[in-house]
Amino acid sequence: MNYKLDFTPVLDGLPSLLIACLGTFALALGGMVLAIIIGIGGVMLRDSRIAPVRWFIKSFVEVIRNTPFLVQIYFIYFALPLAGLRLDPTPTAIIALGINGGAYAIEIIRGGVQSIGKGQIEAGLALGLHKAQVFRLIVLKPALRAIFPSLTSQFVLLTLTTSIASAISAYELTSVAQQIETSSFRSFEVYGVVTVFYLVISWLMMRFFGMISTRYFSYPVK
Amino acid sequence: MGSDEFLFLLAGLKWTVALSAVGFLGGGIAGLAVALARTSEMPLLERVTAGYIALFQGTPLLMQLFVVYYGLALIGLKLDAWVAVSIGFTLHASAYLGEIWRGSIEAVPKGQTEAAKALSLNYVSRMKDVILPQAIRISLPATIGFLVQLIKGTSLAAIVGFTELTRAGNIISNQIFAPLLVFGIVGVLYFIMCWPLSLYGARLERQFAATTR
Repeated sequence: MNYKLDFTPVLDGLPSLLIACLGTFALALGGMVLAIIIGIGGVMLRDSRIAPVRWFIKSFVEVIRNTPFLVQIYFIYFALPLAGLRLDPTPTAIIALGINGGAYAIEIIRGGVQSIGKGQIEAGLALGLHKAQVFRLIVLKPALRAIFPSLTSQFVLLTLTTSIASAISAYELTSVAQQIETSSFRSFEVYGVVTVFYLVISWLMMRFFGMISTRYFSYPVK
Repeated sequence: MGSDEFLFLLAGLKWTVALSAVGFLGGGIAGLAVALARTSEMPLLERVTAGYIALFQGTPLLMQLFVVYYGLALIGLKLDAWVAVSIGFTLHASAYLGEIWRGSIEAVPKGQTEAAKALSLNYVSRMKDVILPQAIRISLPATIGFLVQLIKGTSLAAIVGFTELTRAGNIISNQIFAPLLVFGIVGVLYFIMCWPLSLYGARLERQFAATTR
């Protein structure tokens, strides 16, 4: 073995890599917010009285879940300008992440809503609770509790997926790593360190979500 | 887009299928070893495999491919891009399948293990004849779900520079300047592979939910 590991280019690039983590964070956060909006909207429209709306939502979910994110982001990257939207790669990536995450969110949220028994809602109304109170206390909170684990692991997955946004050179960790790699040729060192970065990011996210879960959802059922 | 371009895409599709198959089979064999180690009740072995799984589940697949690809070259192995990428997907799949199958092995009722032990079956026979046949049934929907993930994941080999379906689409799209048409077709080809699997997995899940209720 005549190759010596050399981490100097990575150390020199460390500040820009750390700042790029903020880019990854921004992509992930933007993607999550958009995914939740699409998810809630999709669940409401999924049971719409208008049949074509129902079909659209269902095929949207199936198409997104059965094609690679890389193909989706390429498609959106080229489709948005044709639709009259000229955006930088980074907002484009947020839209793509939101659309992708939204399809998964629709399925997850739907499962949560279905987990609330109709009898519960009727019981709440019978006890004289206001409709808004029924929604907040009987539908929303237990539903959130039911979907919280799968929704948050989907969010961690979405955060890891942001690395694919480097394919359209959005500003985030992987694309900055690629820049350092092309100028230094220390591929293994750069990507090894960045992999550790991602590991820390996903670990922190899981800790954070775990804390929220114990803070708000650790009450006994029945 | 002419028939030549379409044939080029199909040639890329062939590599996507090959990559998925190798990753799934190699990952399946290694994943079984991971799952057995993870449920071995030997603390050191369990902790090492738990770390292995956490490493792959906590990092992006793209990074895993990069690190394996350049790491293999680093230790002096001059491998074809195709072999290097296959090794990357095999490792990735072994961690995910190992975790899925760990769950399924643990989902088999404990009485089954106890009964097998009471019949003085040895470890191999206990696993092969009693636990695994039941665990496989439980794991089938999740395993198929992961296969769909893996097929979609092979598109990332395009970024590493391996010409499978997505990269073939990239090349054609640069040639004929019709990215929407080309990536539309590429998307349809992926969909044709993944959707039947997804439907099958969902059906198995419903059947399973109905029988265990």
